[in-house]
Amino acid sequence: MAKDDEAQILQSIDERALVKKANRQDLRFAIVGLTVLTVAMITLMALVIDFMIDGIPRINGEFLTSFPSRRPERAGILSAWVGSSLVMLVTAVLAVPIGVAAGIYLEEYAPKNWITDIIEINVTNLAGVPSIIYGLLALGLFVYGFGLGSTILVAGMTLALLILPIIIVATREALRSISLEMREAAYGLGADKWQAVSMYLLPAARPGILTGAIVGMSRAIGETAPIITIGALAFIAFLPPSPIQAEFPYVSFEWLNSPFTVMPIQMFNWISRPQPGFHIAAAATGVILLVMTLLMNGLAIYLRYRIREGMK
Amino acid sequence: MDAMTQMQFSETPLQVAAGMKPDAELPVRARVLDLSFYYGDKQALFNVTFPIHDRKVTAMIGPSGCGKSTLLRTMNRMHDLYPGNRYEGEVILYPENINIVSPQVDPMLVRLKIGMVFQKPNPFPKSIYENVAAGLWVRGIRKKSVVDDRVEQALTQAALWDEVKDRLRTSAYGLSGGQQQRLCIARALAPDPEMLLLDEPTSALDPIATARIEELVMELAPKVTIVIVTHNMQQAARISNFTAFMHLGRMAEFDLTEVIFTNPRDRRTQDYITGRFG
Repeated sequence: MAKDDEAQILQSIDERALVKKANRQDLRFAIVGLTVLTVAMITLMALVIDFMIDGIPRINGEFLTSFPSRRPERAGILSAWVGSSLVMLVTAVLAVPIGVAAGIYLEEYAPKNWITDIIEINVTNLAGVPSIIYGLLALGLFVYGFGLGSTILVAGMTLALLILPIIIVATREALRSISLEMREAAYGLGADKWQAVSMYLLPAARPGILTGAIVGMSRAIGETAPIITIGALAFIAFLPPSPIQAEFPYVSFEWLNSPFTVMPIQMFNWISRPQPGFHIAAAATGVILLVMTLLMNGLAIYLRYRIREGMK
Repeated sequence: MDAMTQMQFSETPLQVAAGMKPDAELPVRARVLDLSFYYGDKQALFNVTFPIHDRKVTAMIGPSGCGKSTLLRTMNRMHDLYPGNRYEGEVILYPENINIVSPQVDPMLVRLKIGMVFQKPNPFPKSIYENVAAGLWVRGIRKKSVVDDRVEQALTQAALWDEVKDRLRTSAYGLSGGQQQRLCIARALAPDPEMLLLDEPTSALDPIATARIEELVMELAPKVTIVIVTHNMQQAARISNFTAFMHLGRMAEFDLTEVIFTNPRDRRTQDYITGRFG
């Protein structure tokens, strides 16, 4: 009796109706998804285009080579983009090696126990700490504690702290995603840990690490809050001392101790002025900041592509 | 059954069957003695004992999950890469007379002595030359003339030299699957290992590439001690001198390959090789 019921149920399945229903469901979800995507994209594009319409006509050689000025039509972002570039340089030099080394240690060397687990949870959480908290930490520790002042070095150190968790997590993920076969090949040859990591695992993890580093840098370049907190100035009408000198020893690190401003601060400062000319200058700065970020991401994609090609 | 009796039990008839004078010693390269292995709490090998004869091919066959790969991987301590694994018993490597599964022996030392080739070809994402040289570099051999020479020798031994000699600097990923696997064999051979472990080396290859690897194993046999795991019984019959039949983590039977395939003593071996299960 029960067997007959089963057979009947299985017989009565209407495959065509099932397919139709599934297709309808897919279509419904696709429409919802597309709508949400369109709204988000249009909003974003409107923002960027509005920005560009205001800003692009203002961008010219003079804008990039002039210091800020009291008169909006003469104001430029020379000190801001030089400041941003130098701060980024310090950030990269500090955060990338430390972050990658920490990631390698945690993933390959650290014993798997509760201490490592706690460190791991903390590192992941640190990536989500609001940036102003880092600013406060830097103000207390670097600016006052170590008496370093509001300098390029301090800004670089602060942003390095900020993006360190991003780089650590990216490095770990990249190492973890290397296939077991590759790992076994390296260790199977009799390689020690350092040989396996430096000769085989790290090169294979390079694209992932690079992406993490550049995502971190892209975040750092737009950060305003921690830089304001450590006391960066908004009006800087001079450049830091040149790192290359005419006399021996030809290189100088004086610029590390120089006061500075960065592009987001310059923007913020101009937006808060009443004159509409400054608002246009702010939009122009925004466009350049955006282009710089896009260029960095583009570079990441290009390098990743190159490395992948090189590995094939 | 204690290890010594089984050892003697399995050796004397072998020599007779091999057509040797009974007093001729068949040199032994390694001896697995009462070896048990645990993945955490789960026991995967139960008191396995068998000899590995010097410069002969020993094949390990058995149904899926019988522990043949697990056994092979104990022999270069691959299990040590993952936490929670445990060995009991001994694998003695001669002539050094060291127990390679002892916790006092560093897995690195074992891997420096015993080369391994894996199921899936796993070359490094580097050039052909760099792949073969890897084992030499790991051992601190950097002198270019030596490395060049060893790379050529290993590639020749692996029957790959003629195919790749003009493109040593190109990526190993440009090779076919079968070539990649022979490259991995060359990589394992370059440092002149005392023993070569092959873990189902042809399972990911087509029949032609498989035939080339089999030929290669037979060519290497007089020079290197080889242990090969295979799920292909014909392969074991074709290329090995000795065959170990594993079943449910135990060594069901070990004998000369021809004996295993023509006149097995164990019922399970009989059933397996006649295809009654597998």
